[in-house]
Amino acid sequence: MAHAETHDPNTPLEYRSEIGRLNILGFWIFLGAEIALFSTLFATYMVLTHRIADGPALGELFEVKSLLIQTFLLLTSSFTCGLAVHEMRRHNVKGLITWMVVTLGLGLGFLYFEIQEFLHFIHEGANIGTSAAWSGFFILVGTHGAHVTFGIFWVTMVLIQVAKRGLTPATSAKVFITSLYWHFLDVVWIFIFTAVYLMGMVMHHG
Amino acid sequence: MANKTAANEHHGFPWKHLIGFVLSIVLTLFALWIALGTDLSLTWILIIIFGFAFLQAALQLLMFMHVTENSTKSNLTSRVQIGNILFAAFVAIVIVIGSVWVMAAGHAKHDKHNHAPKTENHENHGSHGGGSEHDSGEHGSHE
Repeated sequence: MAHAETHDPNTPLEYRSEIGRLNILGFWIFLGAEIALFSTLFATYMVLTHRIADGPALGELFEVKSLLIQTFLLLTSSFTCGLAVHEMRRHNVKGLITWMVVTLGLGLGFLYFEIQEFLHFIHEGANIGTSAAWSGFFILVGTHGAHVTFGIFWVTMVLIQVAKRGLTPATSAKVFITSLYWHFLDVVWIFIFTAVYLMGMVMHHG
Repeated sequence: MANKTAANEHHGFPWKHLIGFVLSIVLTLFALWIALGTDLSLTWILIIIFGFAFLQAALQLLMFMHVTENSTKSNLTSRVQIGNILFAAFVAIVIVIGSVWVMAAGHAKHDKHNHAPKTENHENHGSHGGGSEHDSGEHGSHE
């Protein structure tokens, strides 16, 4: 395997094994596919956004406060996730785990407020079956939320592995890949923030 | 971008991350203000907030995800990563703008000829099953 390779002492652990390098590159390609997946959901949502049938308009129910709370929780979690990788590259396992746990906490907070918001919408008479527009909304935002949920489980598993096995080329590549996934979710949220919430509120208010 | 291997930079204070974080917060609040706090026209609002969104996505990729970083001495991996993400972004833009454009243009045309005799055929078709609430099922559009 990677025994014969020589490394610059500065090379991060996750890039030291062939498998680690290929997995990271492969994950970038997977993220390209995820971009395509989300783009179809965005396209569906944006095409259907005015088809509200007898239900409420989208912008009518969006609230700035809830939106900002969710956005800042996710933005900050992306930042702390970056700090975790930064600590990993200094071979600081404790720092890595600490920042990742903070990231998970912020992710859970995001999910809590997102679910609260969904329940609020349903209470106001907008569920997934209310209209084409609301179907598009719940599928798009819900798919993102499902990704966050999956990410929380995934990061937790990887952290358990790091705690058990320490930082090796294998575990650090896994941490790095989960960090790419987490940042990617923030990127998707930026577009949900803009295309769904801001546009919805602008269209509704004038 | 030079031939930067994934090294150095990662000792000391994480300035890159902090700058990325502050900028993303500033861009988020600025986009919100543009959208809800100004009297700009809808077109301008959309151009600006989507411009900010792409800028912020680029920030994440560069500051947090290290997209330009290379795992080997050659800069092949960063080129593959960047090329792949740019291609995915291109596909995404084509899918979204293409869908919106095709559907919007189709409806505009439909609306225009809505009252012309040629569409009579269409309406008959629609009312066939629906009775009084014709149109709503088949076209789903009242714009």
